[in-house]
Amino acid sequence: MTTAPNPSELAIQEETQADDHEHHDFRMFGLLTFLGSESLMFGALFAVFLIFRGEFPQWPPEETEVELILPAINTVILVSSSFVIHYGDAAIKKGNVAGLQKWYWVTALMGAIFLGGQVYEYATLGYGLTTNVFANCFYVMTGFHGLHVFIGILLILGVLWRSRLPGHYTAEKHIGVEMAEIYWHFVDIIWIVLFVLIYILALLN
Amino acid sequence: MAQAQLPVSSELPQASGHHPTAWKWYDYFTFNVDHKLIGIQYLVFSFVFYLVGGLMAVVMRTELYTPDADVIDPNLYNALLTNHGTIMIFGWIVPAAIGGFGNFLVPLMIGARDMAFPRLNALAFWMLPPAGLLLVGSFFFGGAQAGWTSYPPLSLITANTAQSMWCLSIILAGTSSILGSVNFVVTMVKMRVPSMAWDQMPLFCWAMMATSVLALLSTPVLAIGLTLLFFDINFGTSFFKPDAGGNVIIYQHLFWFYSHPAVYLMILPIFGIMSEVIPVHARKPIFGYKAIVGSSMVICLIGLFVWVHHMFTSGTPPWMRMFFTVSTLIVAVPTGVKIFSWTATLWGGKIRYTSAMLFAIGLLIMFVVGGLSGVTLGTAPVDIHMHDTYYVVAHFHYVLFGGSVFGLYAGIYHWFPKMTGKMLNEPLGKVHFLLTLIGANITFLPMHVLGTQGMPRRVAMYDPQFTHINQICTIGAFVLAFSVIPFLVNVVWSWGWGEKASGNPWRALTLEWTTASPPIIENWHRLPVLTQGPYDYGFNGHEEAEITSSHF
Repeated sequence: MTTAPNPSELAIQEETQADDHEHHDFRMFGLLTFLGSESLMFGALFAVFLIFRGEFPQWPPEETEVELILPAINTVILVSSSFVIHYGDAAIKKGNVAGLQKWYWVTALMGAIFLGGQVYEYATLGYGLTTNVFANCFYVMTGFHGLHVFIGILLILGVLWRSRLPGHYTAEKHIGVEMAEIYWHFVDIIWIVLFVLIYILALLN
Repeated sequence: MAQAQLPVSSELPQASGHHPTAWKWYDYFTFNVDHKLIGIQYLVFSFVFYLVGGLMAVVMRTELYTPDADVIDPNLYNALLTNHGTIMIFGWIVPAAIGGFGNFLVPLMIGARDMAFPRLNALAFWMLPPAGLLLVGSFFFGGAQAGWTSYPPLSLITANTAQSMWCLSIILAGTSSILGSVNFVVTMVKMRVPSMAWDQMPLFCWAMMATSVLALLSTPVLAIGLTLLFFDINFGTSFFKPDAGGNVIIYQHLFWFYSHPAVYLMILPIFGIMSEVIPVHARKPIFGYKAIVGSSMVICLIGLFVWVHHMFTSGTPPWMRMFFTVSTLIVAVPTGVKIFSWTATLWGGKIRYTSAMLFAIGLLIMFVVGGLSGVTLGTAPVDIHMHDTYYVVAHFHYVLFGGSVFGLYAGIYHWFPKMTGKMLNEPLGKVHFLLTLIGANITFLPMHVLGTQGMPRRVAMYDPQFTHINQICTIGAFVLAFSVIPFLVNVVWSWGWGEKASGNPWRALTLEWTTASPPIIENWHRLPVLTQGPYDYGFNGHEEAEITSSHF
């Protein structure tokens, strides 16, 4: 039985060999399936939020007014980062690793600024997680989204780390880059819905 | 496809001779990426939990032998009740049916060498032991006591460390389920051998497809519900605290949006197993392949829209009751399509009464009883009277025990030779079947009467008028508990010392029977080439070949 290949070795072989075009949409398809599932998770939170909104005569309640300027700036930053990250993907499609690195660094930075803005918002709002049901929803939803932004930044940093290896990403082979990009777009889209639900709808009260 | 480039095909060990997969006992405790090994890990793990959950049921039934709470403390009874339900669902049926059979069979049935993401697969399995430990460990902290549904405000009133552990455990198991489902969907969409068209995919795989889609859509919602509950318990939020503006009904919606589809998560793979087992042991092609595929998908779709029938007594407005009554009853149509397909397959077949077949027939009988009591319960006016009585308990035990557990046993008897390379002992299997069938009916049939007479579920003490019927149920529970012994003996003995199985002992016709038993690493020397329908292969036993034989 000495000739029997170790199954985990096989998997690793498969992993390294499989950066061809076939395996490519295979991992992307997995990511999209997963994100589909994730969107149901946010969907459940949105539903909870909307049910509470319908139940309360005033929403958000008086002691928990939302701040508008800062989140609006934050939104602009996050949405623009979706364009920035796309330049990185476009660069690697031309084989330009330096371009990829430049744009992905900028994206990660913009993500970090967004998170920083969120933390500043939390610190200055004057109410906490347990103040009332609106505050519960507000912190859980934005916090859960912030966690996703954080994971997105980690993915981007992972891409940047790997891009130092010569020949790791090329014009033909850059599935990891694209997956990080798709994830980032997903996080952005979720934020747009969140922004409308929490902040814009608060204006309409 | 990517796997075609693997350099190993010609260098693999031969199927005969040594144990072809070279698994040692300790391999089952490792982070291994082979889908077959992971499948068996799931099955063994979940069976251990079946025994644990079964033991809890026996203790509860012992308590219910007399009307008073004289055997165990009522708080312990509540904890046992909660954990029995949770363990049987999240520790036994779901991991065994989806993780166990799904992992073992799907790649073999579609001619793939492994799942799409082998390491993700192993990760999904290894999330379960900690989830199980959290559940069982919660007993050291008083035990979660709010029932397997853990409705607030009850779960908030009784909230303790154990309740938090319960939440975390289910979230972990749910995450595992989501990752597993992503893997199944990608595997079946992208990894079928290039020659396999969609209508050449075996019915079990179709069932797994429907199951995975359902899990992907519903599990995240449960995760959110339990996360919010966890926040309420530990971080002082008030999502489900009415006195602070919260709303308990939202929890019920989030919970049942998952937990109703969960009954299809538990039964769809079993339907798949039935569609594979019945034709083989009836020596007749499955009747209505496309109808069965379609009905799986329709069940998956309608299953997502019927959850409110669990909440008819939670203040749902009448129009909603109407809508959900109708949609609930419609699920009976695709389910009936399957039942009739299997019956039509049996019709005129040369039935071999093997243990696998007996369990499949047992399932047909039990599931029809459970389905009929389900129709009565799905109707809002009846449900309002029957809600939270033993009638409900009788119904879901006929569906879950008579359906899922019988189906799992059928699957184990059918695929054990493929999984281990050994045959199970048939006479012992028949004893097991008889004890299980008799035990299940003695235990659960009288519960219909208890329910219609008004005995509430989830209580350790009851009105003395129900004593006699409860005693019958308890005796049945002991028969059911003892029925596991011949099975355990059979599995342990046969696995170690049983008769060697050929590649295709049942003369079955799906792809997995064309490779050795147990299958070699990477499953195939050469990937099979499909030329015909899904049930036209395997005739040549374990000879792996470009299979062309069509008839038997």
